Amino acid sequence: MLENHPRLKELRYTLYRIFRNPSAIIGVILLLFFICIAVFAPYIAPPKDLDRPYMMPRAGYTITPQPPNEKNIFGTTEGQYDIFYGIIWGTRTAFRIGLFVITTAVIIGVILGTLAGYFGGKVDEIIMRLVDVVFAIPFLVLAMAIVVSFGRGLDIIMIAIASIAWRSYPRVIRSAILSVREQDFVQAAKTMGVSDIRIMWRHIIPNSIYPVMVIAFMEAGSVVLTAAFMSFLGLGAPKGYSDWGQMVALARNYIVGPADDPLKFWYTIIIPGGAIVLFVLAWALIGDALRDAFDPKIRRK
Amino acid sequence: MAVFISRRLIFLVFVMFGVSFIIFGLQMTFSPERRAMVFVTTPQQSKNIPVLIKKYGFDQPFYKQYFTWLKEVSKGHLGYSLVASDSVWRAFLRYFPITLELTLFASPCIILFGVWLGTKAGQKSNTAVDHFTRIFSIVGWSLPTFLFSLVLLMIFYGYFRIFPPGVLGDELSMLVYGNTSEFIRYTGMFTVDGILNGRLDVTLEALKHLVLPVLTECVVICALLMRVMRSGMLEEMSKDYVITARAKGVDKQTTILKHARRNALIPVITVAGQLVAALMEGAIAVEIIFNRKGIGWWMASSAIQLDMPVLMSMCLFFAIVFVTANLIVDIIYAYIDPRIRLS
Repeated sequence: MLENHPRLKELRYTLYRIFRNPSAIIGVILLLFFICIAVFAPYIAPPKDLDRPYMMPRAGYTITPQPPNEKNIFGTTEGQYDIFYGIIWGTRTAFRIGLFVITTAVIIGVILGTLAGYFGGKVDEIIMRLVDVVFAIPFLVLAMAIVVSFGRGLDIIMIAIASIAWRSYPRVIRSAILSVREQDFVQAAKTMGVSDIRIMWRHIIPNSIYPVMVIAFMEAGSVVLTAAFMSFLGLGAPKGYSDWGQMVALARNYIVGPADDPLKFWYTIIIPGGAIVLFVLAWALIGDALRDAFDPKIRRK
Repeated sequence: MAVFISRRLIFLVFVMFGVSFIIFGLQMTFSPERRAMVFVTTPQQSKNIPVLIKKYGFDQPFYKQYFTWLKEVSKGHLGYSLVASDSVWRAFLRYFPITLELTLFASPCIILFGVWLGTKAGQKSNTAVDHFTRIFSIVGWSLPTFLFSLVLLMIFYGYFRIFPPGVLGDELSMLVYGNTSEFIRYTGMFTVDGILNGRLDVTLEALKHLVLPVLTECVVICALLMRVMRSGMLEEMSKDYVITARAKGVDKQTTILKHARRNALIPVITVAGQLVAALMEGAIAVEIIFNRKGIGWWMASSAIQLDMPVLMSMCLFFAIVFVTANLIVDIIYAYIDPRIRLS
């Protein structure tokens, strides 16, 4: 009986549609790759100081970056921080930022959107006007203002971004709910005396969650970008912390090498930068494939 | 139409009120000393902070303080910027033209390129152009502006020695900022001022410094526009009126340009507000990397040096820009779409 549950059948069809799309396959492979790196970080790059594993080890005390060699296979950046170590442990930092922000934002956004869509009236009006107000200020500007007012640090960046990122969800889930709310099965459940919370949880959210998933995947990458930019400005973790944005900042003085070899320090920027781009790309590719798979217009063509 | 616009205007006032409330709420988390800095306009005044706390009543309840603050802000007393060592308002007027110039050059490129490529991709899905557009828009989405700027600078400035950072070269900066009788800064935008002063070398130099920033903004922001244009075109192309037009013998180009594209542009106009916000956000990264002292540079530097009044005022400013842009969009939308105009 469970085998032929319509929701399972739909899920199987959705998975089939997603994995027919080459970009989704690339995205999933990239994401699995990053997950492996994050999980096995202590084995790939064993920390020297077990109490502070996120601090990048230094290979000396000269300032100028050193090119890749046997000991530091990606070379070292300004201040002799090992790039390879920073990339490996920075993956964990990136996942922490992305997952924390998106989970918090989705939970807040879905709850507010569901309340607005289901109850309508005054509740709807108050919540949606709040969304309008938060939408009126550019993301980065508001995030910077919040970070600066509460001091600096990676945790504050995460909280600041999460406190704005929820704004993408209520509108989407609200409009999805408005169309679901009037359908017969919801009306039937109401007549049978099912409680509001149970109707929302069992019937409405599962039927309107797909657009939220698409946005969540697209945004998981872009919040990492915003956080990386704020780290780049120096609002994030302390110096030497494994964080890709900060590693790009360390490379900033070395984008132009000496006159005879202008691209001498390419590795200081291309390697951490490449890590950021690939990480965001992984989420965006999956999000893009989900959009196609869930789009009712092209779903069953 | 009048009802529609007045409703939007009320909405504008409401949103501004909400934004100011959020910003004031953020400020309330500070100590009274830090908040008194908002009203300091000269370096000397920072010595009188206890007097200022009394004067502006920072020991009073929330709602009273909020109205005092609103009154001051509406008079243009936005505080003193440490980064600019000037009052926020005067500093704003100084920095604004640089950002405006970048935006004025970037937006036509973004709009033309985005609409053109989006149309091409949406005309026929699953062709080479379509795949290129898809890849371009996903990569553009994944590309951090600051990183892209740095890489461009590394290649074009570091390797090829063309397109340096900054706004003007050293010599011309001396001329432009130094003796005001020789070069009058009418607008603060040097491409325009160069022409007005009859100094085409200044215009050329300014244009040269604009190439990379404009390119960065284009690549990063085109992604959004293209995606919307493409899906709009895809949707319109499958509609009945397109088939009718083709069936009655209208040639393909006319069908696409006169029928499908006009309708596909409507969703594009709705994201115009978002595009304005994206341009402003892009300007922060672009200006800090290319060392162009505009609003974006000012905001990033203020964030680094904890210069709160600047960030607060800029939140207000961007909210005004965003809401006004949306209002204009709504009016244009109603104007071009008879379904809204006549309802």
